This record gives sequence, C-alpha cells and structure tokens, in this order.
Amino acid sequence: MDPLKTSRRTFLSLAAVSALAACGTSGPKTTPGSTGGAAAGSGATYWFLTGQPQQTIREAQVKRFNEANPSTQLKTNSFQNDAFKQKIKTAIGAGQGPTLIWGWGGGGLKSYVQAGQVEDLTPFFAQNAALKESIFPSAFGAATVDGKIYAMPVETTTPIVLFYDKRAFDKIGAQPPQSWGDIMDLVPKFNGAGIAPFSLGGQSRWTNMMWLEFLFDRIGGAELFQGIFDGKANAWSDPSALKALDEMQKLIKANGFIKGFSSITADSNADQALLFTGKAAMMLHGAWTYGNMKSSGKDFVTGGHLGYMNFPGVDGGKGDPSDTVGNPGAYLSISSKASDADKEIAKKFLANNTLDDASVDEWVKSGNIAVAKRAEDRLSSITDKNDADWLKFVYETSANAKVFAQSWDQALSPTQAETLLDNIAKLFQLSISPQQFADNMNAVIGK
Amino acid sequence: MTSPRTGASHGTGAVKWMVVPALLMFVMFGVVPLVGVLVLSFTQWDGLGAIHPAGTANWRSVLADPGLPHAIWVTFEIMILSWAVQTPLSLLIGTFLAGRQRYRGWLAVLFFVPLLLSSAAIAITYKALLDPNFGLGPGLKLGFLTQDWLGRSGLALGVVIFVVSWQFIPFHSLIYQGGVRQIPTSMYEAAEIDGAGRVRQFFSITVPQLKYTIITSSTLMVVGSLTFFDLIFVLTAGGPGDATRVLALDMYKRGFQANLMGPASVIAVLLVLIGLALALLLRRLGGSTTASQQDGA
Repeated sequence: MDPLKTSRRTFLSLAAVSALAACGTSGPKTTPGSTGGAAAGSGATYWFLTGQPQQTIREAQVKRFNEANPSTQLKTNSFQNDAFKQKIKTAIGAGQGPTLIWGWGGGGLKSYVQAGQVEDLTPFFAQNAALKESIFPSAFGAATVDGKIYAMPVETTTPIVLFYDKRAFDKIGAQPPQSWGDIMDLVPKFNGAGIAPFSLGGQSRWTNMMWLEFLFDRIGGAELFQGIFDGKANAWSDPSALKALDEMQKLIKANGFIKGFSSITADSNADQALLFTGKAAMMLHGAWTYGNMKSSGKDFVTGGHLGYMNFPGVDGGKGDPSDTVGNPGAYLSISSKASDADKEIAKKFLANNTLDDASVDEWVKSGNIAVAKRAEDRLSSITDKNDADWLKFVYETSANAKVFAQSWDQALSPTQAETLLDNIAKLFQLSISPQQFADNMNAVIGK
Repeated sequence: MTSPRTGASHGTGAVKWMVVPALLMFVMFGVVPLVGVLVLSFTQWDGLGAIHPAGTANWRSVLADPGLPHAIWVTFEIMILSWAVQTPLSLLIGTFLAGRQRYRGWLAVLFFVPLLLSSAAIAITYKALLDPNFGLGPGLKLGFLTQDWLGRSGLALGVVIFVVSWQFIPFHSLIYQGGVRQIPTSMYEAAEIDGAGRVRQFFSITVPQLKYTIITSSTLMVVGSLTFFDLIFVLTAGGPGDATRVLALDMYKRGFQANLMGPASVIAVLLVLIGLALALLLRRLGGSTTASQQDGA
C-alpha cells in the first residue's frame, strides 16, 4: 500500500534533485537543499519518499540529527513512490543502497533478509528496551522475520478507511452504509442522482486490492488471508474467498465505481479529487490521504463535509467488523553492507530522531497517528475540531482492531504480489472469473 | 612533406586501429550484456541475493505461460497497426514538405515539434487530456471526447497507436522529405511532358523511387516498436488488465516488479531474436540487388 502523493512540489523537488545531480555535485548522494559543508568521513545515507506532509517531517528529522551531530552527517535523497520501489531494489541488489532503507516491512523486507542485505536489529532493541517499549507492539509483526527484528517501526500507523462525502448523502437522503447490503442498495440511488457511488484509482491496482482485503476479512475472517500468507495449498479457492471475489464483481457490474476507474491513478490523487469535488460519494483509501484532502479540497475537510468509518460488515460473514488492514507502520532497516561507522550513525538516528517528541508532535499535527504509544497523549493538544475528531477515529480504529492486517502486496513476497496485482486488475476488468483468479493465485502460493 | 599519397600508403594500418574504439564500445555495451542476459535466462535470481543455476526451468515456464503469446500478439498488433498508420501519412507529409515553397518550410518546423518532446512527457500530457473525469472532453463538455479512453481494451490500444504515430510521424516525414528531394526533377519533367498528372507522378515516380527510403523507415518503425516501453508504461502501465502489455513491459514487470530476473531474461532474449529476425526479413524484402534506385542519377 502506498502513501502516495504527487504534487507540483514533488515534481519540482525531483527536478531540483536531477538538476543538482546534473551539476555533478555528488550523483545519487545529493542532499537536496543541504547547506553544504557535509562532514568528511561520513557516508551514511537515507533514502525516502517524497510527498507532503510526510516529506517535510522526514527532512526535519534529518536536519535535527545533523544539527545535533555535526561530525556525523546523514545525507538524504528522496524519490517518488513508484520510482523509489524500483530504485531501492536495484540499488540494494547492486550493492549501492543507502545505509538506512525505508520500506513497508513484510514480504519486501523478508526478501532483503533472505539475501543478507539488512542488519539484525534484535540486539539494538535489547540495548534500547525503552525505545522498543514506546512503540505499538502490533507494528513489530511486519518487521519480524523468523523471530528476529530487522526493521524499526517508524512514522505512522495508517489503516484503510471508508471515506464519504456527507453532502452526497444529504442530496439523496440516505445514511452511510452499515453493511455490505447497504452498499449494494446505495449504488443505484447514487447512480440515479448522477453521482458515482465510489471513487477508485484502478490503474494503480493496489487501490482495487484494498477492497478485496476487506471483503476477504469480513466474509472469511482474518484466518482466510492468514492461510494464504502461510502458504496453505489452494487457500485462494476457499469458498469464502470465492464468495468475496464474486461479491466484488457484483459491485463492479452494478456500476459501483466511477466510470473510467481503470485508467485513473492514485499517484495523481485524481481519486481523492473525485471525492472532494463531489463527483463520487465514497472512497476506500488509506488514512494518509486525509492531509492532502484537507490541503487540496478547499472546504471539504475544514467545512466538515468529510465523513469516515471502518469498512462495514457483510451479513453472514465470519469476520470481526473491528478488523482493519493497512500499514501498521513505516519501517527503517540498516544495510548490512554499510561500514560499521555508518551503521552506528544510522542507529543513533533511529534511537534519537525517528520517534522523538518533536517527530511525534509533527506527525500528530499533520493528522496522523505516530506508531509511538505516547501519540495518544498528544491528541488532546490538537485544537482544530476536524483534526481532533479524525485523529481520535484513526487512533481508535488502530487500537481497537482485533486484527490489524498488513496490506497484501507488502505482506506477500514480491513475486506473489505482482501476480496478485496483475490478476486483481483483470478481475476488476471482468476479464477473468473468480474461479480463474483463484486458480492463477493458487499457482504462486508460497513462491 | 606529408603528401596525401604517402598518407594513403600507410592508411590501411591506421584504419584498422581506428575501428578499435567503436569495437570496444560495441563489445562492452552490446555483446557483453547480451551474453549476460543469455546466461541469466538459465538462472534463478531475485535481483538481490545469490544467483542459482536453474537449467531450462525459466524457458519452460515462460514458454508455457499464456501471458507470453498474448504479449507477443499485442506487440505485433501495435507494430503492424502503427506501421500502417504512420507509413502513408509520413510519405504524404514528407512529399508535401519536400516542396521548396516558404510556407512549407514553416509548416515543417511546426510538424517537427512532437519529436522534440520526451515520450514520458507526451504520455503524461495525453493521460491528462484523455482523463474521463477531468480531461479535455469533460472540460469542454464534448460528449464524443468523453470516453473511457484508457480504461477499455480496444480503445486503449487505439490510443497507444495514435500517440505513437503522433510522436513518430514527424521523424519519418523528415526521412521521406530527404528521400523525395533526392529524386531528380528531370523525371518529373519527363512525366509532365508525357501528360502524367500529380497523382500519377506520385505513384509512378515518387513511390518507386523511394523504395529504399520506405524500407529504411519501415525497419526503424518495426524494430523500434519492439522497444516501446516508456510511453506505454506511463500511459496505461500495460492496462487495462493486460490489454496493452507488450513484450518489453512484460519483461520489466517480471524482472523488476516480481523479482524474477530469470524469466525476464528469457523474454529479453526472445525480444532480441524477434528484432533480428524482423530486421533480416525487411532487408530480404528490399531485394539483394545493390543497384542504384535512381537510373542515370
């Protein structure tokens, strides 16, 4: 799942990076906007994603670190989401990766571990017991491979939630859905009023996947995907899985999604724009989209028009309606190929600057719940009513979830994830049936 | 002292040495990677860890994958259709621009503009223009422009062919313009005396005289279309579903998204083989005679 934002600013900063690189400053290790004078002898590097408000907070963390440690500077480089995914993989494979590796944990992290590319951080957390204690325990699942911790959960916990436009519901005189049946009933009503029921950035594929994540959970319970994750044979063709896939196609056939959804990308935030411009009534998306909808949506958020809820249950389903999916955290690993000195710098950064008070404050202010337990105490400091309500909702959704599952494409191995996304796109195109989907996916289970 | 004649007598030795830099470049950046890819196609590698030999497993799995014939089919569909659109249009525009009138010179500059833009920029622009909700159609309230251009299989393929043609017609027009200007005017004068009209002149003189230019331009189009990647990747990412997933894109997805470098290398080898076969075929079609296309010129 990708906290993805492309804004003109992102584009400009990318342009700035390439311009700097073109000037031949220091190739891929440029620090955009650095004041120069990087300390000699320090080669510790940190690559992360562009996109606001996250990027500013990451840059501020590095700035604080570099100011506090003038002799051991950390150099940064930032990339747009999809570019980052390719770049980091290739760079690590070629032994050119950064010291600090930003990622989503899960299957991707596991492939680094198997290739011996990342440092075992279990001893680090043994030394820094207080730090480990301060982080949500649920966030460590995706950082752990074979009982060892290979990444530190940082930044924010972002569940996927059902956003809706209160104005659209007022217009047709309906209430937000309480069940899957309600959703199917709302579809013709919204279509009749000329509003698309759901916005969807279908070309990005993982956006479609969020729907299946919830339907699988609500219909088959959390153990359904757990079976797939554990590599159980034919887990994709479980009757509950087939039912979920079937329900999915029913919604698509009923024109539940906006016309042309399969050519809309989430990278451009067009799916969010459809919601806040009133063209679509609802949208299933990550909690990270709140910040952008607030800044780009005029009075959509500030005027109190944005509604949100956890995905409703499916009648007769086995899943617990408190379950959620999403990103339990972002993850920082240390490259095992880095020099010992650089590893020490990276560890110092992890310990002192990733979940320090200033960072937690900034995350909360940006409308996010940091993965630190004390984020809850900070909620009372938020004065804006919309932000306070939103943060309370995100916190409760994360904290009360019986199961907080990791996004599938991050939990599974890259090989399975690509086959999954490919087949999801076809499922949403109605070009394959649920049974064909299950067969295609069963073929790659455990790979 | 250094008369041209003495230079020439030492010439053969010097000329041999002059080939070295080019040969080195070719071996380093052409032959070595090619051999590397061939070796990789018999291994199992995720791009991160160690490389393990895998025998012919990759070849068997890729050749048995129904995705492969589909990707080959899409590749050829785009190749043939974009050739069929580009060639006549480039030929006509090229012939038109070969005229020496000043207004044609100005038009030539305008026609040349798409060639100055990068494929990625073109793809992003068209994606924005064709957006079914925020694009040109909804913006101008034009119903016929408000289609799900990139979201329906047939339409998406058509859009890809259109954008490819839009981008490359200027280049091929330029080639034809040069070709037409090489044709001796005496031939046209003779034809005019014989009473041939403009259309007759075009088909009886211009087209036959451009035979080798057509083959050159077609080879560039056909072989070039095997490597269409950036444009399609940005425009449709191979979608909707796999409607526009050409071989190059399939290779990228397997290699860099699914971490399967072995099967991706198999497709890379197949791409090389198909490219070579097509180039060879087009050369054959051109005839093996090396006689000049211009009698008496």
